[in-house]
Amino acid sequence: MQTYVWSSIFNIFQPINLMFIILGVGSGIIVGALPGLTATMAIALLVPFTFAMAPTHGLVLLGGIYVGAIYGGCFSAILINTPGTPSAIATTFDGYPMAKKGEAYRAIVAATISSVIGGLIGVFFLIFLSPPLSRASLKFGPPEFFWLTAFGLTIIATLASKSILKGLIGGAFGLLVSTIGISPIGGSVRFTFGTVSLQGGIGLIPALIGFFCIPEVLGMIERKGKHYNVISYRTQKNIIKNVLLKLLKKPILVLRSAIIGTIVGIIPGAGGNIAGLVSYNEAVRASKHPQKFGRGIIDGVIASETSNNAEVSGSLIPLLTLGIPGAPPAAVLLGALLLQGMRPGADLFTVHASVTYTFIFSLILSNILILPMGIYSGKLVSKLITNIPVAFLAPLVVFLTIIGSFSIHNNIFDVYVMLFFGLIGYVGKKAGFGPGPIVLGIILGKICEQGLVQSILMGKAAGSIFKIFFTRPISLILIFLTITSAGWPLIRKYLGGTKKR
Amino acid sequence: MKSYKSIIRIASFSFAACLIALLGAPILFAEGEREEVEKYPTRNIEYIIPFNPGGQSDITAQYQKMDLQADLGVNILIKHMPGAGGAVAWANLVKAKPDGYTICGNNIPHIIIQPLVRDNAGYETDQLIPVYMFQTTPIGLAVLKDGRFKNLDQFIDYARSNPGEITIGGSGTHSGHHLALLQLQKLAGVGFTYIPSTGAAPSVANFLGGHTEALFANSNDLVLHRDKIIVLAMGTDDRFLPHLPDTPTFKELGIDMTAGISRGVCVPPGTPDDVIKRLEKAFEAVCESDTFVNKMEELGFLVRKLKSREFKAFIDGKREEIIDTLKELGEL
Repeated sequence: MQTYVWSSIFNIFQPINLMFIILGVGSGIIVGALPGLTATMAIALLVPFTFAMAPTHGLVLLGGIYVGAIYGGCFSAILINTPGTPSAIATTFDGYPMAKKGEAYRAIVAATISSVIGGLIGVFFLIFLSPPLSRASLKFGPPEFFWLTAFGLTIIATLASKSILKGLIGGAFGLLVSTIGISPIGGSVRFTFGTVSLQGGIGLIPALIGFFCIPEVLGMIERKGKHYNVISYRTQKNIIKNVLLKLLKKPILVLRSAIIGTIVGIIPGAGGNIAGLVSYNEAVRASKHPQKFGRGIIDGVIASETSNNAEVSGSLIPLLTLGIPGAPPAAVLLGALLLQGMRPGADLFTVHASVTYTFIFSLILSNILILPMGIYSGKLVSKLITNIPVAFLAPLVVFLTIIGSFSIHNNIFDVYVMLFFGLIGYVGKKAGFGPGPIVLGIILGKICEQGLVQSILMGKAAGSIFKIFFTRPISLILIFLTITSAGWPLIRKYLGGTKKR
Repeated sequence: MKSYKSIIRIASFSFAACLIALLGAPILFAEGEREEVEKYPTRNIEYIIPFNPGGQSDITAQYQKMDLQADLGVNILIKHMPGAGGAVAWANLVKAKPDGYTICGNNIPHIIIQPLVRDNAGYETDQLIPVYMFQTTPIGLAVLKDGRFKNLDQFIDYARSNPGEITIGGSGTHSGHHLALLQLQKLAGVGFTYIPSTGAAPSVANFLGGHTEALFANSNDLVLHRDKIIVLAMGTDDRFLPHLPDTPTFKELGIDMTAGISRGVCVPPGTPDDVIKRLEKAFEAVCESDTFVNKMEELGFLVRKLKSREFKAFIDGKREEIIDTLKELGEL
């Protein structure tokens, strides 16, 4: 490996590679910031062009896009309460409230710096711990997926800050929505009411845009005053220094979030959205002031953004070592690698080692490049959005949501889904149902069902369903985490009897 | 402050410009339609992939894209419309304008099985007009190298004395893998437990992690993971060359079955014949090139070329075969 390190670093700084990296990160950020356009789509769009390029050029470009797009999702999450990519869902929880308080730029700076740190920690794991981590990723079978989703559902307790009951109802509604369409394992058609378009189920991204964005836009219009601006921009001095100091004071928060991101990344089938949510949940649980979350605390943004960028490299770990993609964008990268004649696994680190290490080291540079690009464009965009009057901003956002939901699969049905859930989200919000638990249910529902049914089938074949669910080591860890997470309010009461909420 | 105002002005102006462009677009398109009958194609062609990016259909289409563009002289826009095992895309295709500007990947046996087992799949097999078939992916049965089985005989014998104990993974219910499993059970007279996944990729991950004991997988996945697995048998007529010269076929081992997934392109019903001819010619040119054939073989696909007419006959033949199999197995 060492022989390749220097040559790879040398390669990255060749003008042409440097150009592709900058191009990749820049366009990735734009794609990520636009709701509906995802990293997966951007990478897929560019794959055919990379055939004509040398493998190194193509891969550093695609890697830059991946890193840039996952980061770029924070812009729309913070500024218009709409995750630009599903990975940024948890960023909305505190990012948007911060923006409302006039701290849009501070939130973006926090997201930027923590994305960079998270991304770099992720690359560190990719470089030094790939073999053991990828072996661990294979240990994740159907029972582990089931328990992972059970653990994930306990996050509802964190997300439903006002009423646990409403949070649970929202979560159950989300789970119900996830059952629409052809069932993942059995193949039976459910709840489509004869509509062919519903066979494919409810897409996460249209539902996401609908639930987060539409209620917010309708809210803007409702509250229209003479001089109303949705978010405000307060000029503050030394924001960057201030945020950096804040991050330095919270090394555990940053490190924990990055590790969660990497671990979720290596699990095939669990992506950045789950990474961000789990990391947010843990940040709330570990915090001394859990009640401050959801009202615009910088820690929430740090937790989400650190972990979703660490997830990028995490998802590449099983991809490069085993040929198993850890997330949807990584699946597209696998296709690109194969078409370049590079077979993941042993070949990649021997025959093609020079290309592979250049790709891996280019991720370091891509992550670092986020810093100047993010901080510069963050200032520009947050000032711009703050100065657009609602009369222009509201239609503009609606326009973006429609284009965004259409462009996911070029399917007009997704636009209807988005608008439908937008209205439900609006009514729900008035009644005190936040979008978080519902979206969590939609994300976890399908994975949960799949894990449950496959585990039962496995259990029947092995002669004991109980054994499949309750005796596997990773499952036991997840069960323990589920119980502590669900019982956390009680545990917290016992531990800190003096501190009251 | 002045500079922000100008930024706003620019932003509102661009917004207005976008709107005008959007409103103007239909007029431009209408212009194009008048000409298109004479010299198809005159504008971009949408190539719909009914599965997720990164999958096998996608990889192939991505590889064809540049050559297709060169041959047809217009851009090919690859669009992914996954869902319901491909049914969402096919249901949309049959409603698309039959002008040759929307084409779609079609996968056998998916397009045959779905309308048979679902009341309303949204399309009928006949409605997808076949243009050209370019690829077959044979299906093989694999176990892990460090597992307890080394050949198919051992595997079947064990299953015979322990019905249902061996778990076999595959891409999904009513998929090509599922069909292969049903055939194997029937022909060998044994029972397995089938563990379907939501696509080939997750079933491979499950298998490599040892969560299912065996796997029905497409040849390209078998080639990709060849270091870690033993392929017990391939669903081909002859040995699968060049990748697996030592792996027997099911037929050699006395189990008279073949299994595979074939891929091609189709267009909506009502597409004019000369448009189909033009597309057929373009695909033929692309798929005959040495670079395409070599790349597909390297990845573990078999290039199998059928023109529109033969492709249709192939689908009709397969359909009869599958109906018979499913009836025998009591699945219909």
